[in-house]
Amino acid sequence: MHGAMSTILSIANLSKTYASGLTALNNVSLDIRKGEIFALLGPNGAGKTTLIGIACGIVTPSGGSVTADGHDVVRDYRAARAKIGLVPQELSTDAFETVQATVRLSRGLFGRPPDPARIEQVLRDLSLWDKRNDQIKTLSGGMKRRVMIAKALSHEPQILFLDEPTAGVDVELRRDMWGLVRRLRDSGVTVILTTHYIDEAEEMADRIGVINKGSLILVEEKAALMKKLGRKQLTLHLQQALPAVPAELGGWNLQLRSAGEELEYSFDAAAEDTGVPALLKRLGELGIGFKDLNTRQSSLEEIFVGLVSARAGAGA
Amino acid sequence: MSGRAFNRHGVRAIYRFEMARFRRTLWQSVATPVITTSLYFVVFGAAIGSRMTQVQGVPYGAFIVPGLVMLSLFTQSILNASFGIHFPKFIGTIYEILSAPISPLEIVLGYVGAAATKSVMLGLTILATAALFVPLHILHPGWMVGFLVLTAASFSLFGFIIGIWAQNFEQMQVIPMLIITPLTFLGGTFYSIDMLPPFWRTVTLFNPLVYLISGFRWSFYGASDVGVRVSLAMTLGFLLVCLAVVAWIFRTGYRLKN
Ligand SMILES: Nc1ncnc2c1ncn2[C@@H]1O[C@H](COP(=O)(O)OP(=O)(O)OP(=O)(O)O)[C@@H](O)[C@H]1O
Ligand SMILES: [Mg+2]
Repeated sequence: MHGAMSTILSIANLSKTYASGLTALNNVSLDIRKGEIFALLGPNGAGKTTLIGIACGIVTPSGGSVTADGHDVVRDYRAARAKIGLVPQELSTDAFETVQATVRLSRGLFGRPPDPARIEQVLRDLSLWDKRNDQIKTLSGGMKRRVMIAKALSHEPQILFLDEPTAGVDVELRRDMWGLVRRLRDSGVTVILTTHYIDEAEEMADRIGVINKGSLILVEEKAALMKKLGRKQLTLHLQQALPAVPAELGGWNLQLRSAGEELEYSFDAAAEDTGVPALLKRLGELGIGFKDLNTRQSSLEEIFVGLVSARAGAGA
Repeated sequence: MSGRAFNRHGVRAIYRFEMARFRRTLWQSVATPVITTSLYFVVFGAAIGSRMTQVQGVPYGAFIVPGLVMLSLFTQSILNASFGIHFPKFIGTIYEILSAPISPLEIVLGYVGAAATKSVMLGLTILATAALFVPLHILHPGWMVGFLVLTAASFSLFGFIIGIWAQNFEQMQVIPMLIITPLTFLGGTFYSIDMLPPFWRTVTLFNPLVYLISGFRWSFYGASDVGVRVSLAMTLGFLLVCLAVVAWIFRTGYRLKN
């Protein structure tokens, strides 16, 4: 059991200042556990791709270090990189090559001997086998993205970086992608993905890191994050529609919805006093009856927007 | 597969991938040099050569063969090798090379090896075409192959550097078109530099390509403008300079990494 908790990728005090003088990463430290799915969330320009670029050897760090399975990605790059697969954010493929040829190249580049059976397996898993002899330029965007995943998986990496794997992908393909990521995790691969879609992180990740302006502002178990930072909404389905929120209820953060038939109360679920019992009591006193009620957890999206704007406010 | 071993699978993968790219354009690769060489023979060999007697004791038609091979070897090696590395940079697939457990030396072996192989095949094709027009005899075949391979390798390496340096396809064409081709024409492809007035002869000796062409021609006919050892030293020197530049590029990440 403790094996599942061991660190496979360790990022220590990582900084990057580009030649332009822009600091894209500012002293980031993070440990990724073996076998987990880690989602890195952050707005445009937060530094997600830069972080991945350094781990994969594409970007030279200005300070700090990254080790993959104990191997420093700069000093011991051969051993480190052999363990890492990368599906970059940009779709860039060898347009004139066949699917099979480009996947074979990837496997060789990563030091693995040719293995047609393995390549066939990867192409079948990604529903690309029928297209193996087609030129990549004849494929659709979604298929091209799968080719890039096939390339990354061709050398059987232990750590897989997916930089916005579902950007510009339709709903069905997104579901497929999520399925694929889960299967990979089940086969022991550690997956680090970045995304703008909060529901994706919510759906997929075991842990979530939020990065903004080059700083890692939080790392949490997804469940804990949802619980800790989650606000809840209590919705009351009223017996009679109200024209406006009664002045007597001004002490609560209330909103009327569905033409006055629903009263919604938003509260901090972690607070000592949520205000719920007092609200229900007050409603009773005022004679406002309700047929039903339900509560709902805030989505990560709401949490995330709250976090980023709070930091922006504090930092200003 | 161990962490520190030479990545031979990587070198082989790049080499095979590049050779497959060449195979797709095999027809152009063969037809172009055959047609151009034939044209040179029609124009220089038949039209002009019939009015010239011999140069350095060799019939004019045969005299120009080594220079023609070198001319194609210089420009084609540069173009092939520069395209081979520039294209992935241009379309973005270079990310994979940069993120692979492959050393700069191995990358160069794969790309430059493939480009040089193609150049050597091209040189042999031109020689075979020339043999249809003029009787060829090769006095020092070992040296001939040596110069062919060394030149193909150094100019492919030079092309590799240009491919990384160039920021667009136009820049890539500039060096072969504006520097190499003129220097080759002025470097004794179609004449012996002994035929020049003393002043221009001295100027010409500053043209490095003179030494390569002269050495290659010596391996055919035993006559040369400059000593063959000087030629060999110049070829090796050029190779070493290119190697040093490549080493520097990878150490600094120049135009490869941020
Ligand atoms: N090559 C570069 N040279 C200079 N600045 C760069 C370079 N690459 C990225 N940056 C800058 O570094 C910052 C972080 O960029 P990065 O691509 O890492 O962000 P990101 O979190 O991946 O964003 P997105 O969600 O839009 O992909 C941005 O401000 C970006 O403009
Ligand atoms: Mg990005």
